[in-house]
Amino acid sequence: MDPTPRSDRDPETTWAKPIDRLAMGTVPAEAINLNVTGKRLAGPMQGFGQLWQKTYRIRFEGANPTPSEVVAIWKREFGSFWPKGQRFYAPFAEITPGEVGLINGEVPGRQVLSTGVMVIYADDESFTFMTPEGHVFAAWITFSAAAEDGATVAAIDVLLRASDPLFEFLLMAGGHDREDEHWKTTLRNLAARNGATGEPTAERACVDPRRQWRLAGNIRHNAAIRSGLWMMAHPQRMIRRPKD
Amino acid sequence: MTTTTVDVEMNGTSALLRVRGDVTAASDSAFGDAYMEATAQGARSLVLDFSGMDYMNSGGIGVLVTTLVRCQRGGQRLLATGLDAHYRQILTLTRLDEAIAVHDTEASALESVA
Repeated sequence: MDPTPRSDRDPETTWAKPIDRLAMGTVPAEAINLNVTGKRLAGPMQGFGQLWQKTYRIRFEGANPTPSEVVAIWKREFGSFWPKGQRFYAPFAEITPGEVGLINGEVPGRQVLSTGVMVIYADDESFTFMTPEGHVFAAWITFSAAAEDGATVAAIDVLLRASDPLFEFLLMAGGHDREDEHWKTTLRNLAARNGATGEPTAERACVDPRRQWRLAGNIRHNAAIRSGLWMMAHPQRMIRRPKD
Repeated sequence: MTTTTVDVEMNGTSALLRVRGDVTAASDSAFGDAYMEATAQGARSLVLDFSGMDYMNSGGIGVLVTTLVRCQRGGQRLLATGLDAHYRQILTLTRLDEAIAVHDTEASALESVA
């Protein structure tokens, strides 16, 4: 027990302020900025699909940075740990509550899925994203590091529902596995950046198997459909894709 | 970081869950045990009293969702009271206030489910 007040325990500074609609800052010209500005945040209670709790962890071997050091690097260089083909554009210096990041994800057919996230929480040893309407998931995603049994462990905890029936189908048809690989690769890259190695683990539990059919209409915000329509109207963007 | 305690007090078919300490991902078992105890005593609604809470991080919000899902599956209502202005804002930010009715006072929460 630690009764000592810590500066990162002030909800005024660790949590973002409520917002009505998202606003996106300036992003590079090559980024496709869709499905973020003007959207509302959507957490697991606003999603359509089954509720899943996923945990990805990696135990650092060969180096022992403090949890704060790991999270500080993660906040500054967040997108650099993602797999090739997945881009995170951050119009800010580091992860801070209230900031909004843009995601351009590569999908089959030289298409790009454009969406984003908002940082809703950040302290010295963790930070949390919440997704906008139309994202693949209605989710909270928490990134953290902790000391466990003499080693540093980095973790990603995801609480999610697929946003709509189409994304629910895609998740069941291999999307969950693809997401698992995304975050496991991220953790491997994070460990390497900290001079460590390790093998990530993934755990998946269905917290609520029911689907929220009253929210099937979320499909009107579907970022994949909207991104696909935009790409059809801008075919030159399929050719002039940024290189990894 | 302080550990979480959740004490259960029955008031008719409503259960008051007195939350003390920090609410984090590690609080899940304390909330789960309190839910089971309240349900075993016939609670049709659960009122979370946060007036004794020290701090809640984003892992704690996940615990609230798990508790909410348990209540929904059990056909029970979940309410909250004792939240200061910051934490009310956090429930608004995360849109949990759309599923958890937030009341100014314990009496108001209990009256709404009477």
